[in-house]
Amino acid sequence: MHEMGLALEILEIARASIPADLPSARVARVNLRVGKLAAVVPESLRFCFEIAARETPLAGAELAIEEIPVSARCRACGERWTVTEPVFLCRACGGGAVEILSGRELDIVSIEVFDGSEGENG
Amino acid sequence: MAEKAPLREVRVVGRVLAVNERMAEENRRRFTARGIFVVNLMSSPGSGKTSLLQKTLQALAERVSAAVIVGDVATTHDAERLAVTGVPVVQVNTDAFGGDCHLAAHVIEKAAEHLDLGAVELLFVENVGNLVCPAEFDIGEDVRVVVLSVTEGEDKPVKYPAMFRTCHAAILNKIDLLPHLDYDKARALAFIRQVHPGMPVFETSARTGEGLEAWVGWLLEGLERKRASGRR
Repeated sequence: MHEMGLALEILEIARASIPADLPSARVARVNLRVGKLAAVVPESLRFCFEIAARETPLAGAELAIEEIPVSARCRACGERWTVTEPVFLCRACGGGAVEILSGRELDIVSIEVFDGSEGENG
Repeated sequence: MAEKAPLREVRVVGRVLAVNERMAEENRRRFTARGIFVVNLMSSPGSGKTSLLQKTLQALAERVSAAVIVGDVATTHDAERLAVTGVPVVQVNTDAFGGDCHLAAHVIEKAAEHLDLGAVELLFVENVGNLVCPAEFDIGEDVRVVVLSVTEGEDKPVKYPAMFRTCHAAILNKIDLLPHLDYDKARALAFIRQVHPGMPVFETSARTGEGLEAWVGWLLEGLERKRASGRR
């Protein structure tokens, strides 16, 4: 529900990451990692980003979202597994001391910029 | 110069919510420096959060000086209901901040400016009624508590696992209504346990006061722990 706010944050971070030697560069793609446990709907985020990016160096940039599965580890027996249902009990020993290893991500990994943008000497 | 628009990848590696997380840490530092125990109270709309908070404040009245920051998309009704307890209440309408689904750290920072923090020991933040978004936003709290009521579906915990995973306690409210409902309490408790094994669950009725004692006791323990860590 707060995807527009997230889109604006992503826009801010991506803009600040445009290399200083390419001040007029256009951004082709923003690579994002979103955990399955993060309160984000990728489709809404892409939609909001597209609107938020208009008339900025990120206009038309693709928001590439890699969805990260929820993985867990049992503190008691050491079992590691991918959680596909909302059950956080160890699948091996049934214990409840479960540590979430991944699935909460909401990270920008990189941006991809057109080198020598717009044909001018960047 | 470049061929036809080759791409250059620039590593970023940053949390999208880094700004919020920084401000939340800032809040946490400020509250901790004063030994204030901060409770982030979350639920879906209509779980009885405000009534429960009213009764909780009354139960704490003689023992602890509390304050409340209450978030709502609009209206000051909740703040008015809480103000009758005599506790300082700051109302935040989230639409004024362009985010209508949760309270963010900067909102708490602003709201706290309206409180005399030197006189506060226990700060409740009544978050916007929503089981999705508030789970994602750290506000600088010590504990997160989710309230659900027996008039909702038993499967709320498995529908909103992120919320129930990140909370430190759950409250099952409106238990006075159980005789009138087909609610399967055992099933609801089992769902909570499977999403967050070991999390304390308090069964309460804000209307009759049943079960409030255990919940208030848990709050006082948390406050005591916070004080002790401050003295160290």
